[in-house]
Amino acid sequence: MPADFQSTPFRTNADRSRNFEVGVLPYLDAAYNLARWLARDDMDAQDVVQEAMLRAFRYFDSFHGTDARVWLLAIVRNTFYSLRAKTSPVGMHESFDDDVHTVADEQPSPEARMMLATDVGSLQKALEKLPHPLREVIILRELEECSYKEIASITGQKIGTVMSRLARARERLKTELTQQPSEARRHDVQ
Amino acid sequence: MMCNDARLLLHAYLDDELDAAQSVAITRHMQGCTACAASYADYVQLHKAMAQPSLYQRAPDALRKQWETPKQAASPVIAKPRRGLVGLAMAAGFAGALLLVAPMWLYVLHPRGADTNLVADEAVSSHIRSMQQQHLMDVVSTDQHTVKPWFEGKLDFSPRVKDLASEGFPLIGGRLDALDGHSVAALVYKRRLHVINLYQWPSASAPSAQDITQWHGYTVIRWASSNMQYVAVSDVNEDDLRQFVLAFENDAANPPMR
Repeated sequence: MPADFQSTPFRTNADRSRNFEVGVLPYLDAAYNLARWLARDDMDAQDVVQEAMLRAFRYFDSFHGTDARVWLLAIVRNTFYSLRAKTSPVGMHESFDDDVHTVADEQPSPEARMMLATDVGSLQKALEKLPHPLREVIILRELEECSYKEIASITGQKIGTVMSRLARARERLKTELTQQPSEARRHDVQ
Repeated sequence: MMCNDARLLLHAYLDDELDAAQSVAITRHMQGCTACAASYADYVQLHKAMAQPSLYQRAPDALRKQWETPKQAASPVIAKPRRGLVGLAMAAGFAGALLLVAPMWLYVLHPRGADTNLVADEAVSSHIRSMQQQHLMDVVSTDQHTVKPWFEGKLDFSPRVKDLASEGFPLIGGRLDALDGHSVAALVYKRRLHVINLYQWPSASAPSAQDITQWHGYTVIRWASSNMQYVAVSDVNEDDLRQFVLAFENDAANPPMR
């Protein structure tokens, strides 16, 4: 084991640190934003970002791509899911089946078009209610302004999956945000 | 185009992800279909609402500070002695300026010899390696009475093993490792989601004060007591790691288990 101390990256610390700062650090906000929306908790999100940044720094030498933001966001996402798998008890994990979570049939009733509650508070609540696979695509699309291709690359999914999940996410949000006059406000099962 | 197709494609249209032919097809469809047009209008409204800046969660300053080097420190200062300088700097009234130019993660808090740094570097690198899968533990147990005997015959000394669960640092296991040319015992503790590696090996050196090093989000605390050399490494914050060392030392002050 002592033999591989030579291969540790400490000799070029200063260079690495500088490159890392220029290439990756500008995306700290993006990393935190994604982590915060996935974890729904500030301290957990900070833990995720801290761990993700350490991983990013560790693997920085092997990053030869062009888009450090996409690369970092993919690490943040993986870090979140791996930390979550470690801490939450078995059975807690939501399974997401693209076929089961089909597009809810909308009842087009143009004569009674509902108003959408679009204040930050309502949006926040509605977003946090989404299952993770839907929340991550909508956050990446709307807040990070990623293209479908970038989202596909971050989440390791096909572009078609990204597209249908995004549609589903928006439909769920719309249902959640639709202001209904009666007390019979419908809550989707999570 | 059917409403069913449009229901999916209008999102891609909204996101400007359709080619020209598909864009034409969807706009044609919406001209003739009030339901889809109304639906599209809703999503445009939602899309605009999502652009409200306060939805975007920016990194807290504490997190940012851990990773950022202030602009002035164009060439990072490595192993900058501070103890002597602080008094001087404060006398000169630019303590604040000194803090500004010192990148946190390259800051070595105390003056030290080159080999001390080497041990800290090795410890961090060993900690990082231990975090890779399957490397963390050779013996997995939260029981100090299981972990301690495991080391028997594998090392030429008997490591001090204490469970600190009551202090918020549960013991989760141990392994053999090498550090500074010695075979060492590595005890693995947890602090919430974080892992703390505690290395120990015998040394003749006199008990020494704690020696704290920061490196890219990792904290390394090194000290010696009762003819043992200790190095604790983790990505928990410095206060937590100090608390861990304190808890371990308090415990070690009691007669060690033989």
